Amino acid sequence: MSTRYYFDHNATTLVGDAVLEAYTAALRDVPGNASSIHHHGQLAKQKLEQGRRQVAALLHVSPKEIVFSSGGTESNNLALFGVAKAGCHVITTGIEHPAVLNPCARLEQCGVEVTRVAPQPDGIVAPDAIRAALRANTTLVSVMHANNETGVVQPVEEIARIAHEAGALLHVDGVQAVGKLAVDIPALGADLYSLSGHKLAAPKGVGALYVRQGLQLTPLLYGGHHERDRRAGTENVPAVVALGAAAQWWNENGAEERARLAALRDRLENAILSVNQDIHLNGNRHARVPNTSNIRFYGISGESMVIALDLKGFAVSSGSACSSGAVEPSHVLVAMGLNNEQARSSIRFSLGRTNTADEVDALVRATVESYWHLRRLSPAFDHER
Amino acid sequence: MNVNTPSTNKPIAVAMSGGVDSSTVAAMLRRDGHTIVGMTMQLWNQRRLPELSGEGATGRCCSLDDVYDARYVAETLGIPYYVVNFEKRFEEQVIKPFIGEYLEGRTPIPCTLCNNFVKFDPFHELAEGLGADIVATGHYARIRRDEDSGRYLLMRAVDSSKDQTYFLWGLTQSQLAHTVFPLGEYTKPQVREIARSLGIPVAEKQDSQEICFVPNGDYASFIDAYFQEQGIPREATHGSVVDTEGRKLAEHCGVHHFTIGQRKGLGFAAGEPLYVIATKPAEQLVIVGRNPDLLRAELTARQANWIAVDHLAAPMRVAVKIRNKHEAAAATVYPMEDTSRFRVRFDEPQRAVTPGQAAVLFDGDEVVGGGWIE
Repeated sequence: MSTRYYFDHNATTLVGDAVLEAYTAALRDVPGNASSIHHHGQLAKQKLEQGRRQVAALLHVSPKEIVFSSGGTESNNLALFGVAKAGCHVITTGIEHPAVLNPCARLEQCGVEVTRVAPQPDGIVAPDAIRAALRANTTLVSVMHANNETGVVQPVEEIARIAHEAGALLHVDGVQAVGKLAVDIPALGADLYSLSGHKLAAPKGVGALYVRQGLQLTPLLYGGHHERDRRAGTENVPAVVALGAAAQWWNENGAEERARLAALRDRLENAILSVNQDIHLNGNRHARVPNTSNIRFYGISGESMVIALDLKGFAVSSGSACSSGAVEPSHVLVAMGLNNEQARSSIRFSLGRTNTADEVDALVRATVESYWHLRRLSPAFDHER
Repeated sequence: MNVNTPSTNKPIAVAMSGGVDSSTVAAMLRRDGHTIVGMTMQLWNQRRLPELSGEGATGRCCSLDDVYDARYVAETLGIPYYVVNFEKRFEEQVIKPFIGEYLEGRTPIPCTLCNNFVKFDPFHELAEGLGADIVATGHYARIRRDEDSGRYLLMRAVDSSKDQTYFLWGLTQSQLAHTVFPLGEYTKPQVREIARSLGIPVAEKQDSQEICFVPNGDYASFIDAYFQEQGIPREATHGSVVDTEGRKLAEHCGVHHFTIGQRKGLGFAAGEPLYVIATKPAEQLVIVGRNPDLLRAELTARQANWIAVDHLAAPMRVAVKIRNKHEAAAATVYPMEDTSRFRVRFDEPQRAVTPGQAAVLFDGDEVVGGGWIE
């Protein structure tokens, strides 16, 4: 295999050049513990707070409102377990990431009532459906900003208004939105907002939770007084420095990059969807992040397509991996009303910073070639054999 | 012509379980310069029936440990490797029929169902989608092409103690044409030696059990647990143990706990050794009798598959195996009006002819064909 092409940026991104430089420099030159009072500690603290300002700037919030964590999963857990208490009611949706759905299932075991609102067939959760699920004891609504599988963007502002009118807080899982959208948290109205470093060209193992000033949050981890008593544990300063550098890159280049990604995504999508009438787009075409395209190939096994493309050097994805690494049909697509077969025949293409038009053209050729080969073997097209 | 070693430039898909046999197949093909793709079929989710997966449970298929091992072997060999999800197909084609057979008073062989409906057809289909015409597995059996008839023949493995032809009688000509069993020519100790010499990390790993998804071989507990998951009350399967005169001797908790020829666990003490000689699931009856009651000189079988011949045109002298550990017994096989069935008459009556098991017909080392005992 000579060349590898990466079209799975919603799974993770490659660390950016400026980010890598900042990260390695911090690992080398900033050895201190940010809690120490001496010079080494002070330098580490400066770098930590610089990273916090960079992340806060990207989200239009105050640095005090940023809590660093180990990633998106921890941020979601901190938000959900930090706010929801036994006897209260939480509303979430059927298209959330497992890092929200599974904490919610655990909350249920701990005496919290949970309602999971289904999306419309286009992948959008209707604000009215959230309104209809409200109860007197609803304290928290948790909705993702952009969906990882379809890229569909949720009407967060409207859901925030509805939640607040009912006296509930709004948590937004923004892991797939930051960078891909210009995120303005005060304008959205979220009280809590999760992000993950490795989805925006920072390393794995670092993330953040925005916690609106004044909001009381029960910590998940107990220990020292780090992160204003909201998250104990010695701060991972080099990773925060890297996250800060990534935030700054998106702050400076985001608008241009989003336009570039949208053009590439359209190039990819138009070419593949024009092959024939058996190929369809999943999810709303308009309310989407610019890098994601989820395409359904009627009669074709997505799992086979992913493996066939990987053997040709192209990384794409289908469904979600279970613990063994086998593919399970996407719960998101099933929640949108697709049957198991339709969900299994869908492929997610997610573009990123490193992709070029030439790469997209190569991906289109490989995908179409694999499509026709698999179609010839598919029992769904027996009549054509 | 020996087709156990493939002659192809196209990639070969190797079904890898994480055990020593399939790992050695991958390593041998790699050594011989083939382009290969390793695949593990995820068949069953062990988390589904957690009460069966206590400490010390052995013989678990698709465990994360096995996937870890297969992945590690693939990494050592430097080959592409994927885990593919066949869970739904396995449940439909293997688990449900397996349970259904037990409930109908037969003793099924899930491995044959798996070979017929999961390991070969869908796996071939998947492999072909990836450009691989040939599938290689770690089964102990041999495939030959008979130049005169043009047929692909299935032959017993060189190592008779490991021979798996009893589970492979359902393979079709087209499946045999696209399959290789590189281990058929070797004994198990030789395979371990090859594994060691090729530096395979699982060279010393223990052999797996026969029914892979049933921990500790306790299939009755598996069925009970599956019922519980599906919300079927256990009492629904309770019934009586009776003798050949219909006298009730004991109660039992399901005909699926019994198999023909079984002596232990009947739930009562008798003056002379008694054995299960039949079950009547419709009445939830287990019938016990003396050893001679177990002898049968004849059987009929259904869903016949013919390998060495196109069809059975006339009576034929064969050796017949009626379970995996059975010594093949001399018999004559007769065609029946319904060509999907056949009748076997043994030279000497055989003990515990068990419905649901396979009757596999041999001519020397060749598998003539087989069918399910009725």
